[in-house]
Amino acid sequence: MNAPVKTPASVAASEPARTPLGALLLQHPLLRPAAALIVLLVLDALLVPGFLRLDVKDGHLYGALVDILNRAAPLMLAALGMTLVIATRGIDISVGAVVALSGTVAAMLVGGATPMLPMPLALGAALGVALLCGLWNGVLVAGIKLQPIVATLILMVAGRGLAQLLTDGQIVTVYYQPFFFMGSGYLFGLPFAVYLVAAVFAVTMLLMKKTALGLFIQSVGINPVAARLAGLRTATLLVFAYVFCSFCAGLAGLLVTSNIKSADANNAGLLLELDAILAVTLGGTSLAGGRFSLVGSMIGALIIQTLTYTIYSLGVPPEVNMVVKSIVVFVVCISQSSEFKQLIARAKRRPA
Amino acid sequence: MTFTRRNFLGAAMLACVASQAFTASTAFAAKPLTIGFSQVGAESEWRSANTASIKDAAKKANVNLKFADAQQQQSNQVKAIRSFIAQRVDVIAFSPVVETGWETVLREAKNAKIPVILTDRAVKVSDPSLYVSFIGSDFVEEGRRAGRWLVDYAKKNPGKQLNIVELQGTTGAAPANDRKKGFAEVIAADPKLKIVRSQTGDFTRAKGKEVMEAFLKSEGKNINVLYAHNDDMAIGAIQAIEEAGLKPGKDIVIVSIDGVRGAFEAMMQGKLNVTIECNPLLGPTLMQTAQAVVAGKPVAQRITVNEGVFPAEVAAKEFPNRKY
Repeated sequence: MNAPVKTPASVAASEPARTPLGALLLQHPLLRPAAALIVLLVLDALLVPGFLRLDVKDGHLYGALVDILNRAAPLMLAALGMTLVIATRGIDISVGAVVALSGTVAAMLVGGATPMLPMPLALGAALGVALLCGLWNGVLVAGIKLQPIVATLILMVAGRGLAQLLTDGQIVTVYYQPFFFMGSGYLFGLPFAVYLVAAVFAVTMLLMKKTALGLFIQSVGINPVAARLAGLRTATLLVFAYVFCSFCAGLAGLLVTSNIKSADANNAGLLLELDAILAVTLGGTSLAGGRFSLVGSMIGALIIQTLTYTIYSLGVPPEVNMVVKSIVVFVVCISQSSEFKQLIARAKRRPA
Repeated sequence: MTFTRRNFLGAAMLACVASQAFTASTAFAAKPLTIGFSQVGAESEWRSANTASIKDAAKKANVNLKFADAQQQQSNQVKAIRSFIAQRVDVIAFSPVVETGWETVLREAKNAKIPVILTDRAVKVSDPSLYVSFIGSDFVEEGRRAGRWLVDYAKKNPGKQLNIVELQGTTGAAPANDRKKGFAEVIAADPKLKIVRSQTGDFTRAKGKEVMEAFLKSEGKNINVLYAHNDDMAIGAIQAIEEAGLKPGKDIVIVSIDGVRGAFEAMMQGKLNVTIECNPLLGPTLMQTAQAVVAGKPVAQRITVNEGVFPAEVAAKEFPNRKY
């Protein structure tokens, strides 16, 4: 599914004459998001002093690049889950609520200096809640056939509400040391969160590439009726996508909570679903379902986080943040539109 | 400072109760005052403390309190106020969810001759006689207090250039705008104090930490002071400072606003230098003002609640007295 697929635009843009390899690279769907990320990083390297510098502090790497990776981790997880849901032509806007809920459950169970439950159990319970959320979404979409945006809207409202109810709207602070490792610990010099994302990504990639699951999900996204008639269990596949998405959100919630050593039900993961959708879109996956790119979504998440970091370190006034972000997003999205590519191709051909 | 404040409040309340008892025994039959209060909701720790204070003060002042939770909806609040008018309460008090859209319902209250007191948040109305008083914090003053503490600190540590990074609240929110304004106004007098970075942290721990991380990378050891518009952002930033291998409260002086429990814990660990109180305990002042209004005494249109400045040195002593 990550294979370069020739869209009419890329065919037009690459008229024969070019070397096959170069043409192939230029047509690669990941070219534009990757280029956007590289441009951002180069800008930072030029404008922010010491941006590329990596020091070793307390036996781990310390620097802007590490921060970006670490900060992008929850978004990358959310984007992974969202990619599969979008591939089935769905959408999940309850991601932020699931983040808040799982983080809250974990923080409440791990509690003060001595946890209420042993930590693995507490983490398991938090992820269990996330899985239940996914099951709920999946059943609403696949079983009751609610439109995905409506189905997940219910949990988006209720999930955060439940988290606030559990905590009385207060921030639950965690004092139990081992819990902090997940979100702020380091392994072989890099934040543990990065390994977690890498592991989830690798497993997902394997599932999609080495089993038929990827193909199945894609076919559900392209035409659910045809997929069902061809003998696919569309309902099961849909439920799987939503459960997986919520599971990723649950993991993200654990990372966020563990990182700030407290669960803030009011703000944890607020609007994360929108960032995840944006990351998936920036990565070149179409919201119309079907073809999807996990690598693209990861790059999309990194673009968003790098951009946020750039805004902070360049000293952009807060009132202008949103405008700067939207301009970059607009440029990246426009550059991926096939209409726009055609336009450019035509403009190039005309003078010649 | 706080002790005198508490004593003052206590004395004021006693005086109130006494005066009410006096008027009740002489002029009126012993009918308790009825106040209808519409609260914004229960969205934060601050708000919960605010609600508790109002309920508590009503009980102590022998006021019959009709409490309505608007759950952050203006429509609920308008409904509650109309029902208070229908029930002919003595005083209507409310913490408006939003600033505008109150003209009609406030005019209804005025026509029914029921005085209205605003708490915590103000409204925008063309006719200021639609409410008798507004009780709440002065956010600009809170910013000024943070600034004054820092100017004092600079005086005690002379000769040193102090580079400040600022974590602003949610862009456009009144407390963020005002706390920024008050602080900037005071530190402008001292050329040694300079804000080198200013960015929003959305009043949350997570954003406070994230932004501080970026500040630490781009400014490095250049940062001497952190000014956070609320305690939660400061708490997040403290974690970032520790992870950068620096000592919060020592390598970087931290000034923040609100005075919540977490801030006191941080101060007792020596990680936060001062918190400027934003007092949610408006209850006693509200009861006092309501009684004055009903008794026909003049009240100020703007009543600022007493708020303290708590430096780390008094944190341990003050902590057991904290109610939020």
